[in-house]
Amino acid sequence: MATFKLTVNGQKKTLSDIPEDMPVLWVLRDVLDMKGTKFGCGKALCGACTVHLDGNAIRSCITPIAVAEGRSITTIEGLSENGDHPVQKAWVTHDVPQCGYCQAGQIMNAAGFLENNPNPSEKEIVSAMSGNICRCGTYNRIKEAIKTAAKG
Amino acid sequence: MKKEIPIISKIDRRSFLKIGTVGSAGILLGLGVRCTPSEKILDPAWFEPNVFVGLNEKGEVTIIAHRSEMGQAVRTSLPTIVADEMEADWSKVKVKQSVGDEKKYGNQNTDGSFTIRMFYEPMRKVGATAKLMLEQAAAKTWGVNVSECKAKNHKVSHSSGKSLTFGELAQAASELPVPDESLIKLKKQSEFKYIGKNQKIVDLADIVTGNTVYGMDAKIDGMKIAMISRCPVAGGKVKSFDKSEAEKVPGVLKVYQMEGVSFPTGFDKVLGGIVVVAENTWAAIKGREALKIDWEYGINRDYNTDSYNANLLKASNSNGTILRENGEVKKVLNKKGKVLDEVYTVPHLAHAQMEPPAALAYFDETGKCQIQAPTQNPRWVRDAIASQLEMDRENVIVNITLLGGGFGRKSKPDFVVEAAKIAKETGEKIKLIWTREDDIQHDFVNASGMHRIKVAIDENNKVTAWNQHGMIPSIGGTANPAAKQVGAGEMSQGMVDMPFDIPNLCLETHEAPTKTRVGWLRSVHNIHNAFAIHTMVDEIAEARGMDKVQNYLDLIGGDRIIPFDKMVTGFSNYGEDLANYPWDTARLKNVLKMVAEKANYGKSLPTGKAQGVTVHRSFLTYVACVIEVDLTEKGKIRIPEVHYAVDCGRVVNPDRVISQFEGGANFAASGALRSAITFKDGAVEQSNFHDYQVARMTDSPEKVFVHLVESDEKPTGVGEPPVPPFAPALGNAIFAALGKRIRALPIEADKLWA
Repeated sequence: MATFKLTVNGQKKTLSDIPEDMPVLWVLRDVLDMKGTKFGCGKALCGACTVHLDGNAIRSCITPIAVAEGRSITTIEGLSENGDHPVQKAWVTHDVPQCGYCQAGQIMNAAGFLENNPNPSEKEIVSAMSGNICRCGTYNRIKEAIKTAAKG
Repeated sequence: MKKEIPIISKIDRRSFLKIGTVGSAGILLGLGVRCTPSEKILDPAWFEPNVFVGLNEKGEVTIIAHRSEMGQAVRTSLPTIVADEMEADWSKVKVKQSVGDEKKYGNQNTDGSFTIRMFYEPMRKVGATAKLMLEQAAAKTWGVNVSECKAKNHKVSHSSGKSLTFGELAQAASELPVPDESLIKLKKQSEFKYIGKNQKIVDLADIVTGNTVYGMDAKIDGMKIAMISRCPVAGGKVKSFDKSEAEKVPGVLKVYQMEGVSFPTGFDKVLGGIVVVAENTWAAIKGREALKIDWEYGINRDYNTDSYNANLLKASNSNGTILRENGEVKKVLNKKGKVLDEVYTVPHLAHAQMEPPAALAYFDETGKCQIQAPTQNPRWVRDAIASQLEMDRENVIVNITLLGGGFGRKSKPDFVVEAAKIAKETGEKIKLIWTREDDIQHDFVNASGMHRIKVAIDENNKVTAWNQHGMIPSIGGTANPAAKQVGAGEMSQGMVDMPFDIPNLCLETHEAPTKTRVGWLRSVHNIHNAFAIHTMVDEIAEARGMDKVQNYLDLIGGDRIIPFDKMVTGFSNYGEDLANYPWDTARLKNVLKMVAEKANYGKSLPTGKAQGVTVHRSFLTYVACVIEVDLTEKGKIRIPEVHYAVDCGRVVNPDRVISQFEGGANFAASGALRSAITFKDGAVEQSNFHDYQVARMTDSPEKVFVHLVESDEKPTGVGEPPVPPFAPALGNAIFAALGKRIRALPIEADKLWA
C-alpha cells in the first residue's frame, strides 16, 4: 500500500492506501469513480481501457499505478471540454458507434496516434488501430473517421 | 395463428408515476403489443400496454424505450417511427429507458432480430393516435370540424391559418377519449419524414464523451465487488478448497462456496464455485488468483473436440432422423453419374461481446431485490431470481443499462442471478464482474456443426439428389438431458428451409450430445447450416461447370412461395406464421441478381484475386453476398470488397441497417478467419483474446457496400442476417482464387499456400 500523486484530466490527485500493483484502470474506475474508461480483457489485448499517460496512448489495464506516479493521465472524460476534440467530432460525423463500449478506447487510441502522426496513410491507421477490438465491427467507420479527423 | 390487434389506451398517470419523466400534465398513451403467437400462453398480461408515448405542456415528447440497446439502434429507431406518425419534431423527443416489467411492457426479450419486425406497425399506430387526438383537441378548442385541422411539425393548424403548438394542446388532448382505431389514418410512404431517412443514434454524444452507463458501470454507495471461481467443466463442483491465502489479500472481505447446478445446467441457473467479495475489483481479482480449489469435474470431463468430431463423422454413415424428405434420395445416389460427398465443420463460438457479463444487485430496506444489469431479457432475470431466491417476482426490480454488446449472451440471466444470490448470501450491495477469462471459458457457446452432404448430378448435368446429415448438439440439451440431437425447430434456421428445387432430397440429423452450455449467438444455427450448404452449392457449380449465379438460380428454380410448414413437422418461421411472412423464392433470387449486378460479379480480376457469392434467408430477411478476396500476398487473406444485397422489407433507419451489415461482415469475419472454442477434458482451451481471436482492423473487410432493396413489404430484422452468408462466400472466393476448397472454419490462412 502506498500514496500516489498524479494528475488526472488536469486535476491534481493524491491517492492513499493503494496497492502498488493496482492497474490504472481500476484506480480510475473504482477509486476515482470515473467509469468512461472500460474493462475489456485485463491483458492489453483489446484496447478498451486506453488512456493517455503524458500524452501517449497506453493500456491502463496492465499499467500499475506506480508507473503513473507524478505523471499526467488523460481519459475520455478529459479529452476535450465539450466533446469537440477532432476525433470525437469525426466519430459523430461518421456515426461510428454501435454498442459504444469499446469506443472510448478507440477514440483515445486514435487521438494519441494522430498526435504523433497527424497525416497517416491508410496502412498506418490500420496498423495503429489493430490493438483495439470492436466486436460490433465498426472498423470501417473508425478508419474513415480517423481520416476525417486527420484532415480537420 | 392470427395476429392480435394492438390496443391503444390512455394511462392513468397516478398509477404510472414510476416512469417519472413524463411530467405532471399532458397526454400519455400506452399501447399493448403482443410478440409471437406462443407468447399468449406464456404471458397472460400480453395485452397490457407496453409502448408509451407522453407529451407535456412544454411540448416535450417522451418515448419509453422498452427494448434493450446493444448497438442495433432500437433506442433511436423505434421512437423515430412514433415521432413520424405523430408529426412530432424529433429535436423535442426524449428517449427514456424502461425498467423490466412485463406487466407494463409485455415481452422485452431483445433477441431474434425482431424489434422492428414486431413493433413497426404498432409504433406507427400509437403515433397516429396521438396526432389525431391533438387534432381533435384543436378542433374542440376552436369549435371547428376536425377535418379542417392538420398536425404538422409539432403544431396543429386550422385551414384559416391559426395554429396551436403540441404543448398548448397537450392538456386538452389528454381529456379526450382514445379515438376508435377505424379513425386512425397512417401516413403514405411518400409522407414519411423520418422513416426511411438516416437518424443519428440518441446516445451518440454520450458515447464519444464517455458518459454512458453500461452494466459494468452500474454503482451504488457502499457496493462491494464479487467474482466467482467456477469449475472449468460445465456442471462440475468444488471438491475442496483452501481460502487462507485469498483472505490475506488486502481488500478481500469474504470468501465462500456457492452451490451450483450439475449438468445439464439450464440457461438461468448459477454454476456455483468459490465466491470472493472484495472492496474493489483489483482485490477481487488478486483474491481469486490466490484460491486453491480441487474440482470434481462431473459428466462432461470426457468432452474432447477432436474425438467428439471423429465420432460424429462415423455417425454420418448410418441413417439419421429424417426432418424432411421427398423422392428417393438413396436410390438416386446409388445410380451412375457424378456424386459429391463432402463434410463441413464449424466450431463452437463464444460471444465475446466487449462488455463481459456484470450486474449490480442489492436488497433495499423494503426487502426488494434491486438489479441494474445489461440484460437482453429482463423478464427472465425476474423469473430466475424470484424462483431461485424464493421470492415474489413483484419484489425483483430490474433496471436495464446499456449493453456493451449482446449477440445473444445477455439473454441468459445466469450472471444476474449470481449477483442477486451473493447479495442475499452476504447482505452486501454486490457488483458481480466476469473477467474476459470467465467470459470465454463459461459462455453459452454457439453450437458446433458438422454436416455431411451428398449430391447426385445426372448425365444431363441436373442435380437429382441432395442428402444432408447434420451432426449438431442441440441448444435444448443445455437444459434437457433428453435432447440429444437437434430437431426441426432448431434446424429451421437454414437447413430444413433449404429452398432448392431438387427432386430427391433427404435432410437428417444424428445424435450429437450437448457437452457444455450451448446457447444462441448472432444468427445461431444459420452459421454452420449456411456454411455447409452454400459451400456445397459452389462445389456443385464447379462440378457442373456452371456460372455460380446461374447455378444458384437453377437450384432455386421457379418463383414460388414454399410451404415449409406443410413439408416439415415442427417447422418454425422465426416465430411467425408463413402466411404473414412467406418464404418467397422471387425475393431470394432478386437479391442474388442485385448483388451480382452491384458487385459486377464475374468481372475480370488478376491472378490471386477472385469473387465468391452466396444467398441466404434468415430471420425473414433475404441477403445475398459477394466477397472479393486478394490472395496475392502469400500468407495474407485480404478482403478488398464485400457487397450485400438486402431485402428486409421497409427500412426505418437506413444508416443503422447499413451499419448492422458492416458490423455483421466484421463479426462474421471473426468466425471465418479467427475464432474457435475447443474443449479438452471438458474445459474450454481458450481464455482471452490472444487465443480466442476475433477480427481486428487488420482482418476487416476493407470496403463493405450494402445495397438495400426498395420494398413495401413488412420490415424484418437486420441484426443477425448479415452473418450466415459471409463465411461461405469468403470460402467460395478463396476457391476461385487459389483452387483450395474451404470445408472447415476458421480458415487456416497459413495452410492455403502449402
